[in-house]
Amino acid sequence: MALYSEKVFDHFRNPRNVGVIEDADGVGEVGNAKCGDIMKIYLKIDNDIITDVKFETFGCGSAIASSSMATEMIKGQPLSEALKLTNKAVTEALDGLPAHKIHCSVLAEEAIKSAVKDYYDKNGIAYDCAAFNDCGSCAHCCDSHEE
Amino acid sequence: MKIYADNAATTKMSKRAIEAMIPYMDTVYGNPSSLYSFGQEAKEALEGFRQRAADIIGCEAREILFTSGGSEADNQAIITAAHLGEKKGKKHIISTAFEHHAVLHTLKKLEKEGFEVTLLDVHENGLVTAQQVADAIREDTALVTIMFANNEIGTIQPIAEIGKVCREKGVIFHTDAVQAAGHIRINVIEQNIDMLSISAHKFHGPKGIGILYSKKSIRLENLIEGGAQERGKRAGTENLAAIAGMVTALEDAVNNLDENTAKVTKLRDRLIEGLNEIPHSILNGDAVSRLPGNVNFCFEGIEGESLLLLLDDKGVAASSGSACTSGSLDPSHVLLAIGRVHDVAHGSLRLSINEETTAEEVEYIITAVKDVVSLLRGMSPVWRNLMEGKQKFILE
Repeated sequence: MALYSEKVFDHFRNPRNVGVIEDADGVGEVGNAKCGDIMKIYLKIDNDIITDVKFETFGCGSAIASSSMATEMIKGQPLSEALKLTNKAVTEALDGLPAHKIHCSVLAEEAIKSAVKDYYDKNGIAYDCAAFNDCGSCAHCCDSHEE
Repeated sequence: MKIYADNAATTKMSKRAIEAMIPYMDTVYGNPSSLYSFGQEAKEALEGFRQRAADIIGCEAREILFTSGGSEADNQAIITAAHLGEKKGKKHIISTAFEHHAVLHTLKKLEKEGFEVTLLDVHENGLVTAQQVADAIREDTALVTIMFANNEIGTIQPIAEIGKVCREKGVIFHTDAVQAAGHIRINVIEQNIDMLSISAHKFHGPKGIGILYSKKSIRLENLIEGGAQERGKRAGTENLAAIAGMVTALEDAVNNLDENTAKVTKLRDRLIEGLNEIPHSILNGDAVSRLPGNVNFCFEGIEGESLLLLLDDKGVAASSGSACTSGSLDPSHVLLAIGRVHDVAHGSLRLSINEETTAEEVEYIITAVKDVVSLLRGMSPVWRNLMEGKQKFILE
């Protein structure tokens, strides 16, 4: 069996939406270099719709592929839909990830949530705190989301 | 282009080693323990190989024990020495922080049995000194086990001097020579070695076969009980074909050692020189006291697994000490032992070349690594922060 699915390899080798949005409306960064992966998501938002999204990732093949897939899944979507994106959906869209790489998809989910939260905070938009997990500590990302 | 640059993981078998194995699967297939001629012919061959192995490392044939490989040899050596010491009330073992897991995990097991283990600092250059060993030896020290050459960063320890210190203090000295055998001259007498582990597949021999050299005065403890093979110290019908392949490969490696060392060292140094041109990178391990084929770098701002996968796409097979390649959360214990912080240790690359590597391949590897590192840095938020001055570089 190959290390990763064809889809993971495709998104790793040809990542979609790599880069920076200089005048982003929301930016989210999760992970920790000590852990070996950091994901940063930039959102351009117009009328509650994600009109553009870019990412930067420091991490392994599945981290890069997860970022790429997750950005594809939320591009053009309303924020309400982006917030519903789960790590499970990202994993499924990638045709699965090895068990010890599931946390990469969790990082993608949380990076998007973090970017949306940033947008809400900057614009004084009220939101339900329960929808946003506080992610950023290494132990949190690496340990508690396994499986 | 397809370049295999992971010879520290395993090597391609030599044609001569393969050919040497065939008669022992084809015609001389008898069990060396059988008394009829089929068996006796095999037994004679077995003892012939044992003598040849002994001649290579400078010991007696009876001091050579054939094992399933380096890990088994390490386990048996350490368990033996520890328990011999225990009988005399000695329950202290000295080793280093960057040993192979075959050693470290065995030591962990012994700690649970009440042994105390001192792991010596290997410094930023990846070297221990004989003085450190001398200072650490106590009245109750049962064993010193220090690897001959490190498997990740290739640093070669001052084995003869360490052995001398152990000899003077009457402590058993074991060395894991898995990366050294066939690449560095070994003579157990001149280098004051009491026990030594070898694995065949690191020098173009077959997998699943190795040697434990153990000085005849040391009474070995069995890991595998059963028949009386290997002087009763390692049960199981001998893998004569693999032994034939191993001894043939080891003889060839030793016969060509000087020539190969000169050739490979030159290629290695060119590889190091080329990779040193990558900004914010560092060579791991001493540049001089180093295995001829080993190159190990850390590149700041990137992660090793993605580096390996993209290199593989370019046809270069290498390895990394990043956590993602090991399946654990921590990067290589070797890189942490030489003081690399997690952030940087994740971005490590080990290239292990050999005498079959060409100068063109080395140039190709340099270009490939440069391309991949800059591609990954281009999508790394860490690298952006470093370049924008929001974060300080760890590697100058």
